[in-house]
Amino acid sequence: MIHTNLMIRIQGFRHTMKIIRIDKKNWAEHIENLSGSYRLFGPVKDNGSHMFKELNKGELPDLNYFNTTLSPKSIIYPQSEVMLEYSLDENKDNHHVMKEVKKDYPQRAVIGIRPCDAAAFLLVKRNFDTAEYKDTYWTRAYETTTFVGLACNSPQTTCFCQAAGNGPFHEDGLDILLIDMGDYFFAKIISSKGENLLKAAEWETETDAETGGNIIAAMKQKAEDTITASVSTNKLKGQKTTDLFDAPFWEDVAFACINCGTCTYICPTCWCFDIQDEAFGLCGIRMRNWDSCMFPLFTLHGSGHNPRNTNMQRLRQRFMHKLKYYVDKYDNGIQCVGCGRCIRLCPVNIDIRKVCDLMNNYE
Amino acid sequence: MLKYIDTIRKISKRLLKEKAVDMVIGFRKGTVPMMNEPCFINKPEDVDNLVWNSNCGINLANYLTNRKEKIAVIAKGCDSRNIVTHIIENKVKRDQVFIVGVPCKGMIDRHKIASMLEEEIIEVVEEGNIVIVKSAAFEKRLEKSEILQENCAVCIHRNPVVYDELVAEPVEEQTDIDRYKDVRRIEEMQVEEKNNFFDNFLSTCIRCYACRNACPLCYCPTCFVDESRPQWLGKSIDPIDIKTFHLLRAFHCAGRCTDCGACQRACPMGINVRIFTKKLEKDCFELYGWESGLTLEERPPLDTYKPDDPDSGI
Repeated sequence: MIHTNLMIRIQGFRHTMKIIRIDKKNWAEHIENLSGSYRLFGPVKDNGSHMFKELNKGELPDLNYFNTTLSPKSIIYPQSEVMLEYSLDENKDNHHVMKEVKKDYPQRAVIGIRPCDAAAFLLVKRNFDTAEYKDTYWTRAYETTTFVGLACNSPQTTCFCQAAGNGPFHEDGLDILLIDMGDYFFAKIISSKGENLLKAAEWETETDAETGGNIIAAMKQKAEDTITASVSTNKLKGQKTTDLFDAPFWEDVAFACINCGTCTYICPTCWCFDIQDEAFGLCGIRMRNWDSCMFPLFTLHGSGHNPRNTNMQRLRQRFMHKLKYYVDKYDNGIQCVGCGRCIRLCPVNIDIRKVCDLMNNYE
Repeated sequence: MLKYIDTIRKISKRLLKEKAVDMVIGFRKGTVPMMNEPCFINKPEDVDNLVWNSNCGINLANYLTNRKEKIAVIAKGCDSRNIVTHIIENKVKRDQVFIVGVPCKGMIDRHKIASMLEEEIIEVVEEGNIVIVKSAAFEKRLEKSEILQENCAVCIHRNPVVYDELVAEPVEEQTDIDRYKDVRRIEEMQVEEKNNFFDNFLSTCIRCYACRNACPLCYCPTCFVDESRPQWLGKSIDPIDIKTFHLLRAFHCAGRCTDCGACQRACPMGINVRIFTKKLEKDCFELYGWESGLTLEERPPLDTYKPDDPDSGI
């Protein structure tokens, strides 16, 4: 996995020199150019809040947004995804056989994804794309998607991306990074996928790399300086798992928790799913749906026994997974990109920053 | 309402010191604007962590059940009605709880305020009936009455109906309020229009169950959506499954819902899920003259049979 990251960094380095200037008055026209060869996704305002959706023809992403309510993870990893199907109808070919559902994976592009959300895909990749196992649904969708990022000029007060290992202008996981300059965008081309999209869009106005680079560097510094939220993670790895597991603070942290799935479903890095069969008459499907470690059903055994039978045990699992087990297993930071969604949306205001600090500083 | 906090702390301290209770359930200051976190205090020296303001919309009756301790709970009008419902339904015993009643002037609607501004809200301060919403660039002064949670705007039981001690004199109850305007608007729709309305209404639901889990009424050991033998409901985001969940959950709350608004407040997607329970609350009121949680002396109408029950209730 370290290898993959290195590759991306090297690719990034090779292309950092190329910076394109895109005038906003021509924006729509160039996005239209893309729609011939890409299915386009982007943030749009719907029912009062921004969500990532597939863009209709002629529809533009609305780039005037903070983090979307839901992360864009569903573009690669839908909340419900059919995997297999069968038919018991003997008049049909291959009846009584579970077959993979045919899907095509056309080239797609996500326009305006935030750097933290793009970094989240790399993090999730450690789970879905390993030397041993490849989740073909996830990897095919991921590999055929180009990510056009939008740098955060004004991070929110709940953003702690830097402490989580990325940042408002972070490039890992992106193919292009857009920087909003008011009347125009700078587009930093990061990978070969980015090059291809650039060609398809017919963006050509290259800007002087040094001047552009300096302007971007100054904006990056400014954005980073506005980030106030942080977490300490330096001691997590050294903590003894059983000490944290038995720490006395869990009862207090978990008291308010209502065990809903909000934090896990809105999280760009939560990857757990449940597999379900659904039958309709003679045919049926096998599908996977997002699952949540907050739900009792997540660990309920067939015997009726539930090893995580209490609210506290389930809440502890979520934080231990993100901030300890993951840290130990992958040695690559925490399983969190600091997008702040769970802080803003938890119905009872359980704040991962507080919990992370409690875990990190526990003695 | 901000003045209540001194009294809340004083009462809590006394109760803990005298060991009249083992714990006080209240709110502590949240880490983001318009949010406070339900918490418990079990040491007299910690009572200063308790806060009170217009962001205490979570219903604390939800935190009382399946506990062994003697509990003091800070209860608004709606919380107190849900405690009554808990007592009637044998979820908690009256003598297990010491109810610190809070005459309430309504909670503010965090979804509504957030949607009023394009910018991030970094602070919300209350000054009497004025709520000052601050972003990095500007301040906006709003009348609290304009930004109340919808259920609070139409609330007619602001004062706790049962309590052991009140933190202040009762507040004036709202009268001449049209409580069911939103429900009537839907009732008047034609079938197809109604169907479209609900499809659209629930189109952003992610089935996180925050509405169910924030609700004091939803305490079933296994919710019908989680049953697996038989499995009543699919687990996907199929619109029919989503609609089934919301409608059935609402029916389970008929004659029990106090319209506390916790479900709506909890929804991360900002869906006004209480529109479903509100309809049933209206029906119970119109058919049986029943408002839930007002008395310990009477069984709820859907709990009892009377020969003169209206046929349209079936």
